[in-house]
Amino acid sequence: MSAVTEEQAVEMVNIEVDGTPMQVPKNSMIIEATDKAGINVPRFCYHKKLSIAANCRMCLVDVEKAPKPMPACATPVMEGMKVYTTSRRAIDAQHGVMEFLLINHPLDCPICDQGGECELQDLAMGYGRSVSRFTERKRVVKDKDIGPLVRTDMTRCIHCTRCVRFLDEVAGTCEMGGTGRGDRLEITSSIAGSIDSEMSGNIIDLCPVGALTNRPFRYSARAWELSSRPSTAAHDGLGSGVHYHVRRGKVMRAVPADRERVNETWLSDRDRYSHFGLYANDRVLNPSVKRDGEWVEVTWDEAVDAAAGALGSRGAGEVGVLMSPSAATEDYFLARRLADGLQTPHIDHRARECDFADDGARPALFGASLAEIQGADNILLLGCNARHEAPVLGHRVRQAWRSGATIFAVNPLDWNFHFDLAGKVIAAPQALAGEIAALAAAVAERTGQSLPGHLNVDGATVTDAHRAIAARLGEAENGVVIVGQAAMAMADAARVRQLAAWLAEASGSALDLLPHGANTAGATAAGALPAEGGLNARAMLESPRSAYLLWDIEPTADTFDPAVTMNALAAAEKVVAVTPFAGPALREVADVILPLAPWAETEGSLVNLSGERFDVSPAGKPAGEARPGWKVLRRLGAALGLEGFDHINIDDVRADMNDKLADLRAPLAPVGDLPAPATAAGLWRIGEVPMYAADALCRRSAPLQDSVHAEHGFVGLNPADADALGLVDGGSARVSQGDGSVVLGVRVTGMVPAGAAWVRASTPESAELGPVNGPVQVSRPGGND
Amino acid sequence: MAHKAEFVQGKAALLTADTQAKIDGWVKRFPEDRKRSAVIQSLMAAQEQNGGWLTRELIEAVADYLDLPPVWCAEVASFYSMFDQEPVGRHKVNICTNISCWLNGAESIVAHVENKLGVKLGETTADDRITLIREEECLAACCGAPMMVVDGHYHENLDPAKVDEILDGLD
Repeated sequence: MSAVTEEQAVEMVNIEVDGTPMQVPKNSMIIEATDKAGINVPRFCYHKKLSIAANCRMCLVDVEKAPKPMPACATPVMEGMKVYTTSRRAIDAQHGVMEFLLINHPLDCPICDQGGECELQDLAMGYGRSVSRFTERKRVVKDKDIGPLVRTDMTRCIHCTRCVRFLDEVAGTCEMGGTGRGDRLEITSSIAGSIDSEMSGNIIDLCPVGALTNRPFRYSARAWELSSRPSTAAHDGLGSGVHYHVRRGKVMRAVPADRERVNETWLSDRDRYSHFGLYANDRVLNPSVKRDGEWVEVTWDEAVDAAAGALGSRGAGEVGVLMSPSAATEDYFLARRLADGLQTPHIDHRARECDFADDGARPALFGASLAEIQGADNILLLGCNARHEAPVLGHRVRQAWRSGATIFAVNPLDWNFHFDLAGKVIAAPQALAGEIAALAAAVAERTGQSLPGHLNVDGATVTDAHRAIAARLGEAENGVVIVGQAAMAMADAARVRQLAAWLAEASGSALDLLPHGANTAGATAAGALPAEGGLNARAMLESPRSAYLLWDIEPTADTFDPAVTMNALAAAEKVVAVTPFAGPALREVADVILPLAPWAETEGSLVNLSGERFDVSPAGKPAGEARPGWKVLRRLGAALGLEGFDHINIDDVRADMNDKLADLRAPLAPVGDLPAPATAAGLWRIGEVPMYAADALCRRSAPLQDSVHAEHGFVGLNPADADALGLVDGGSARVSQGDGSVVLGVRVTGMVPAGAAWVRASTPESAELGPVNGPVQVSRPGGND
Repeated sequence: MAHKAEFVQGKAALLTADTQAKIDGWVKRFPEDRKRSAVIQSLMAAQEQNGGWLTRELIEAVADYLDLPPVWCAEVASFYSMFDQEPVGRHKVNICTNISCWLNGAESIVAHVENKLGVKLGETTADDRITLIREEECLAACCGAPMMVVDGHYHENLDPAKVDEILDGLD
């Protein structure tokens, strides 16, 4: 894709606003000109990212020769136009509108959560009367329950329809509307119940009054008590800008920060509500060690000594270092140094993955940035639920679709997207690589290229569905191939990635790999990857080490196989866990727990998938004795007597680190032979990681866990498979992998392809099972046990 | 329509074959990607199938059948006075009370009818014979004011005697 955008000649017109001449693009609206010039025009319904509704009438301005005041948001500029925003006529009109808006608006600011940061309140100060002339009864509108994230007080609604337009245009779910008419008009989710968009929290920011407020935050603080700290959200690799609002060191809420190239002005619900997990019951507040099977809280000194004792004085390669894919770059850098000091090459941050056959050959960064995705004319999703894996990425794909791009998917589940697919192939995980190979074969067939031998998959049959996608791939000028988290965690992910790379190359498209985690690029740059002869995340668990250092890893939720992980950790002599949270599984296998300050309380840098680095400062105060990762590692390194752990502050670490980071755009190594695809008869599990189970913090956020997206405890089956197994929708089934088995509710749905069983990962039931993406047995619960 | 509201899926089955055929006929009159244009007539067909009123399920069924967000259909169903969302009598009487009719005595017509039937606007007679539709706005027959619509038929230049005759003629 070309990075150069051609300057388009825009026709300009001359207008005059309040006596100041200005040149503005033809056909733009008056309000765009005044906003650009810093002239304040009051408004409620206008929003630069939404379509124009012109229904609040607050932005009325005086236009010369116009017979009446004109709404600035919906009046296009014209050559020679003279606009007066503060003339008598404009001010009178605005006062009049304000009086009408306040007729039915309750005077409940003291008990309204929006109080102090309310657009209506602010403008009423400027344009309202101090005494109401209206003595009739105000109208009352019943509140709607729209789920655990957004609270409604619909009596306060002024019908600006920003929420309606946002959900129609941006979120794409069209979940709100206006029912009734005239004085009975109500903005409502109508019959739908909860608002389930993964970006729903944005309607809170958009609402100019207190009709839609942040439900879990409600009544917990006033706007003027909070200080705003800029930060970066750490639940996906995009690096959305966020402001944490903090009161006395405690994070109270999150709102989006404008970061046009990433999240524009939006924020996903995951990034907005995850911080409610910060103060969960199992937050680690003090260092502790296990003595005779009992956990004892100790001082940092004792705990660090215990950790150093557990990890040091072992033979080379005896320690495995397993890190979260969302740690700070500085943490990765120092952890790698620690691993080197411990003479172990076994360090990795990709615990959810299980296929590493293409190590060294996979790009760490996006080939196409988010803006380029939005500008693409064709997007191919491979094993990717863009909406849930990285909601802002999903939003960009949707925007591309709205501007006419074709979107195709080869996916293991038929996800409900907010864009239409021009074509799709839904195949069980064990067949997915074969389907992509068939697509590659169709492209090869079309262009006369040949598919490299190592990418061939036996039994890949090219069908018309593949040919249709191939044809469009060939035509597209700005194509993007996106390999999603679902594919990245699959048993033959390397083959999928290599096929994707070949497809992108052959069709002149960009390749974007979307791994699990928020800082995989930082991890790659800082070397949190197996060194020469090192074992990857899977291998270091399958051939157990005698000691492990776990960095923000929950063994049963953050790894490719809970059973293998728990066995390896239970068999290890010592396990040191540096973590913000410690659930029962971790407490069972760990010997030393050191409290780590999580994102929002820590300092460190994140590198997003476009290669942009964000140096994040702490927002809240670390709870209890928790410390930033680099300080924990400094103490550990010093206690182990290692060199290079004498940094005084984070800048010191960065000065040390910056010139040692690997170049993420360095040429990739060619990949050798890929192992034959794993085959096993029977069903394969689709271990989709639910959006709100992505990491330990999300999993502890009560409002997120109350939402529909967190549902689990079911096994999804294709109707044909369910029939063959004698299972019915709503019944129950026994799901087993290896020694583990659980009884789950059955959901029979066409979303699941034949040959697959959809059992979500990072859930309580998943903790009892084996490989998240591997063979699985499903039977009637009373069956053969 | 891209995002599909899951809770409406499969509800199209609530529409009878006849209703579906009527909807198909209306959908055909608009460009393929403009199914939203057919919402009013589709809801009309669904309402007819259900004896003159729409249930929430039927509104969802129309949304599912047209592949539209359910709230779009709910908006339309709640906006127009020709849609009812509560059970109605066998006949619907809409008396216009907008300006022309009002100036020409619509209020006395309403009073007469309310008195005659023993129900207020918005209510249904105990024998389920007639529903007086609440607050009807202009029905575009100002030249014949005052007027009313009975089961879709216009009756103009009303006076109490004429109203009696019309209402008494209903079964």
